[in-house]
Amino acid sequence: MKHGILLHEHDDDVGVAVVDLKKGAVVGALTLEGKAAGKVTLRDKVPLGHKVAMRDLPKDKTVIKYGRQIGKAVQAIGKGGHVHTHNLKSMRWAI
Amino acid sequence: MIKPEKLKFTGYRRPDGRFGIRNHVVILPVDDISNAAAEGVARLIKGTMVLSHPYGRLQFGEDFDLTMSTLAGAGRNPNVAAVIVICIEPEWADLIVKEIAKTGKPVAGFAIERSGDLKTIEAAARKAKEFVQYATELQREPFGVKQLCMSTKCGESDTTSGLAANPTVGRSFERLLAGGATLMFGETTELTGGEDIVAARCIKPADRKKFQAMFDDYQKLIESQGVDLLGSQPTKGNIRGGLTTIEEKAMGNIQKIGRSNITSVLKPAEEPKKPGLHFMDSSSAAAEMVTLCAAAGSVVHFFPTGQGNVIGNPIVPVIKLSGNPLTVKTMSEHIDVDLTGILRMEMNLDQAADAALKCLEQTIRGRFTAAEALRHDEFVLTKLYRSA
Repeated sequence: MKHGILLHEHDDDVGVAVVDLKKGAVVGALTLEGKAAGKVTLRDKVPLGHKVAMRDLPKDKTVIKYGRQIGKAVQAIGKGGHVHTHNLKSMRWAI
Repeated sequence: MIKPEKLKFTGYRRPDGRFGIRNHVVILPVDDISNAAAEGVARLIKGTMVLSHPYGRLQFGEDFDLTMSTLAGAGRNPNVAAVIVICIEPEWADLIVKEIAKTGKPVAGFAIERSGDLKTIEAAARKAKEFVQYATELQREPFGVKQLCMSTKCGESDTTSGLAANPTVGRSFERLLAGGATLMFGETTELTGGEDIVAARCIKPADRKKFQAMFDDYQKLIESQGVDLLGSQPTKGNIRGGLTTIEEKAMGNIQKIGRSNITSVLKPAEEPKKPGLHFMDSSSAAAEMVTLCAAAGSVVHFFPTGQGNVIGNPIVPVIKLSGNPLTVKTMSEHIDVDLTGILRMEMNLDQAADAALKCLEQTIRGRFTAAEALRHDEFVLTKLYRSA
């Protein structure tokens, strides 16, 4: 398996780790159709199913997955960083 | 690529023309205090199944109506051959009996007042024995995708649900829809962040409005409680699996309908009136949602899961699909369709849909699902508000 990250859309801000990814690893990303979507160097350890930033995401940026807004970065997230509840929040209900 | 028209379904033709894929004789208590007598009958007569539940007393308004329509719908479901209804009072038993009788299947009601449990059990058991002998004589016959009514709802979702199991159901549903099946989905609150997509898929503007009203009602209910759902949506399991926000969860959820359009919008437990894809206003709690689908006439259910929800239903076989390698490995006894090949890019969605449809065919022909074999028979009524 040459890829470690899958993307719903080629230009999504975040991809999904399809295996446990180690900090420092250089990991290839593919779209669901099998199209190459670049490589990232992991800033953090990212477990299977968790998200990886595919580019630098400044604080307050709307984060795109499925080509849609899935929330807002509440702190700056570097490319290759772990994206989850500590740095990404919903834009519905409470906000 | 498997076309659903080519699948060899077999089932039981009921008097109303609908096809069931199981052949249950149900003992149905109308209320909590009738569970004991209903269970007594089920213990005496082989081949019966009791649907115990904790409600049915002093409910009122919409909440009462939903309990009644869910109970009647469970009895009306084509997977049920015949029904014994047991209630403390004769009036409510009659109400349920009348609704079930409209399908033409054998049904009989018994009231406990002025008889007591023991005489009720004896009389109901004699009738249940007759019904079991009737049901066990029925034979399976072939039927087509046009006569199939089924549903979907996902649970313990994670990011693999959105990548693998949910779009596999979506691809399967596209083919089933093209073949003329009747399909249902729902989970009103879990569409938050993708509700515009569902609204846009409604074919009729009236249904779009109806859907939007149902969605807004739920949001208002949440606000009226002075809380938000951020603590429970996504759930702890969703978060453990990598889902962060409700918008992300909703986008994964919506993958289950693929690129299909929506034929009608249903109230909870309402039977769809024609083939097509139908949205049903419903909770996202797994057992409640599948019970509502059973009440609406679904005979089999696709249940994609990420982290491994173990739910089943007593009337409707629940087929579990998962693309999460950890779940498939650690909870293998619960998974019917292994879709981990999608994450490894060894399986595309069309191949995955083939695997799902193959399992659907086997299940419809009588093979037990994992949930059936493991005795997962959660029958859970949706309670809208507190009783009088």
